[in-house]
Amino acid sequence: MPLRREVAIISAGATQFGEHWDKGLKDLVWEVGVKAVEEAGISGRDIEYIVFGNMSGGMFEGQEHVGALVADFLGLNPIPATRVEAACASGGVAFFHGYMAVASGMYDLVVVGGVEKMTDVEPGRATEILSAAMDYEWEAYFGTTFPGVYALMARRYMHEYGLKPETLAKVAVKNHYHGSLNPLAHFRNRITEEDVLSSPIVADPLRRNDCCPVSDGAACLILAPLDVARKYTDTPIVVKAVAQASDTLSLLERRDICTLDATVNAARRAFARAKLERGDVDLVEVHDCFTIAEILALEDLGFCAKGEAYKLYEEGQTYVGGKIPVNTDGGLKAGGHAVGATGVKQIVEIVRQLRGEAEGGRQVDGAEVGLAHNVGGSGATAVVTLLSRR
Amino acid sequence: MSASGVPRHWRSMRERYRLLGTYCENCNSTFFPPRKICPRCRRRGRTKQVEFSGRGRVFSYTVINVGSETFEEYTPYVVGLVELEEGPRVMSQIVECKPEDVRIGMEVEACFRKLFEQKDGGIISYGFKFRPVDNSWADYYKKLSAERRAEAAESTK
Repeated sequence: MPLRREVAIISAGATQFGEHWDKGLKDLVWEVGVKAVEEAGISGRDIEYIVFGNMSGGMFEGQEHVGALVADFLGLNPIPATRVEAACASGGVAFFHGYMAVASGMYDLVVVGGVEKMTDVEPGRATEILSAAMDYEWEAYFGTTFPGVYALMARRYMHEYGLKPETLAKVAVKNHYHGSLNPLAHFRNRITEEDVLSSPIVADPLRRNDCCPVSDGAACLILAPLDVARKYTDTPIVVKAVAQASDTLSLLERRDICTLDATVNAARRAFARAKLERGDVDLVEVHDCFTIAEILALEDLGFCAKGEAYKLYEEGQTYVGGKIPVNTDGGLKAGGHAVGATGVKQIVEIVRQLRGEAEGGRQVDGAEVGLAHNVGGSGATAVVTLLSRR
Repeated sequence: MSASGVPRHWRSMRERYRLLGTYCENCNSTFFPPRKICPRCRRRGRTKQVEFSGRGRVFSYTVINVGSETFEEYTPYVVGLVELEEGPRVMSQIVECKPEDVRIGMEVEACFRKLFEQKDGGIISYGFKFRPVDNSWADYYKKLSAERRAEAAESTK
């Protein structure tokens, strides 16, 4: 389908991710929304459409109708506002829809955000809510948890490709290192492989330090047509492509449980549409809800062959300064995972990197092109976004 | 799980009690979970219910140490992805063996077990779980129950 016009990001921001006892859903939306509008130097009245990702305001907070909530508490009534839900990919899918609204020519200034308030419920309840991202009747009902599903993938992957727990530990160590450089990260402590390998088992073979935390947080972007973007900022970031793909809701019917076909399909389409190669990409933000997920993502996105991602970790190539820096903000593991906000937060990090504004020593030198990869459930939804400085 | 009432559990009871899936007569494919529409043939498909033999092999497995609210009291327990001899895979608990003895490729068979009990006198849900078919496991459990009987006899003396 030919696009009517190119789209740029003119403003990007996120809240601190973490346990915000003093902030509710509305506070997080307010904090991030006001920042984004101020940064763009626009008036709230100029905004034509709002789309926000949110997985489960209903189950976490007893609050649905999040679209209207966002418009209302940002003081933006009667601007149309839509809440998008695609489990952990809610943010990425919200971006996809905001992008379509501008690319199609329907709206000029569109706010894309994501928010999740997760820490008001007990941990057991949070595990139950997150398991709703899988097939409720035929997975969660039998006692499978969300970490459990990724553990099944990890076990099979270890069986087929000989992956070692030490390699998974390297993923977490690297993400905590990057998190220590990012002031907005949930965890800013550095950890060692030994810390990972001695942490308690959650779902064998995955340990606590293989799993991302439950976070509160929000992130927000403002999109505009590329031809007018320079009116608002000197450094508009060009959206080269966004692609979304679906796969079976449950893990049961996957062709191969060591591959996320939704990621493969979304990546293929995104690279084709952007007319870019893997080698053109300077950094990636991938959906590392568990350490195994980062390994699968790099392979499924096409940065290495199946079964070979371990090499990148053994050689330290996924650190800032390496061949392909991965999750420079700490990813989901250390950066935090406020599920509905994550897909948007990943794009915020890429925008900062491409503008050369990443603080704390995590700036990737001369970054021109970045990729964001957001997954819902165990891979039933994937969104791949390619962004460029020009 | 605690939020759902009786009809929700009752609706999928037949499939859960008897391990029923879907067979498409048009493409000869077998599916689980049950489907109304064949994802390969869509409108050309002719789907009917099929009962699986319940025999299969462990395709992957995990030991759940941190459960959701409903399953917290049952940890640790083993969840396996079982590849049925008819082809489809099901996700279910692997029981009647020690977690550390489960292996990929291990032969298992379906059995009928309690899945969970809602707190405060709610629903008790049943369905399929899987157990090893190797006879040594049956012997192990016979021995175990003999030991338990002896212990019980000892304690009532």
